[in-house]
Amino acid sequence: MKARVYVSLKPTVLDPQGQTIRSALAGLGHQSITDVRQGKFFDIQFAPGTARAQAEPELQQIARDVLANPVIEDYRVEFLD
Amino acid sequence: MKFGVVVFPGSNCDHDAWYAIARNLGQPAEFLWHESASLGGCDAVILPGGFSYGDYLRGGAIAKFSPIMGAVKKFARDGGLVLGICNGFQILTEAGLLPGALTRNRGLKFICRPVGLRLETTASPFTSAGRKGQVLTMPIAHNEGCYQADERTIAQLEDEDRIVFRYTHNPNGSMHDIAGILNEGRNVLGMMPHPERACDPLMGSTDGLVVLQSMAAALTGSRT
Repeated sequence: MKARVYVSLKPTVLDPQGQTIRSALAGLGHQSITDVRQGKFFDIQFAPGTARAQAEPELQQIARDVLANPVIEDYRVEFLD
Repeated sequence: MKFGVVVFPGSNCDHDAWYAIARNLGQPAEFLWHESASLGGCDAVILPGGFSYGDYLRGGAIAKFSPIMGAVKKFARDGGLVLGICNGFQILTEAGLLPGALTRNRGLKFICRPVGLRLETTASPFTSAGRKGQVLTMPIAHNEGCYQADERTIAQLEDEDRIVFRYTHNPNGSMHDIAGILNEGRNVLGMMPHPERACDPLMGSTDGLVVLQSMAAALTGSRT
């Protein structure tokens, strides 16, 4: 079983990287783009036979305590198979 | 009186901090390994600058789980003096000992230069030797120094006189020009500028001694 955890800055937190990408896109002629927010994701592989019911709360905890800083970041957990 | 300087893999200002305490301040200092679960009887703890664990994930994100941080948290809860400098400040916010977070500099550049800092309060064991409103010069050297927190937290920091240092010219986009803050108990200070790099005339400024001398005075006072 494989899962993906997405981590991105909260909408209220300044994202200078996203802003720089947006202005670069504007420079390339993509005038219709008004905003870019960047983030990261983690692909996580579970041992064969791991129950999803067990993996899900574990992943939520990992996302909250380790992968994301909830002060500034949002996260989302997704199962890939 | 004994100062402890925590050494994480990737710390690179640990020796600077040790030198500033042992040579410039003239007080006993020792290193504390990150795998140790004890502070070895130290009376004050410094989390130095650097790139603990390569700054992987986020600055301070891995360091907060190291064994020594359990001891640091307990020490802080019991009122012990903890100073986090640069990466040390990031570790303190990640560990929940200080509110808010340090994010990528507004200009996306690593900034390494001396800056002006206004000392905003002397009501702390880290600044009692200074003067309110005094402008100190200390170097910054960081990529993630932009202090951000929600409005309620910022209002609380302002109301409770917990913003210790403000940049005179904001270099990184920090909210309210914040360069250093205290915890609620006023015994934990996190700051992005490096006082330990401004303790010897050779370094161009000795303004950082205000912080170390204040700490020494607080420790002396608490013993008598």
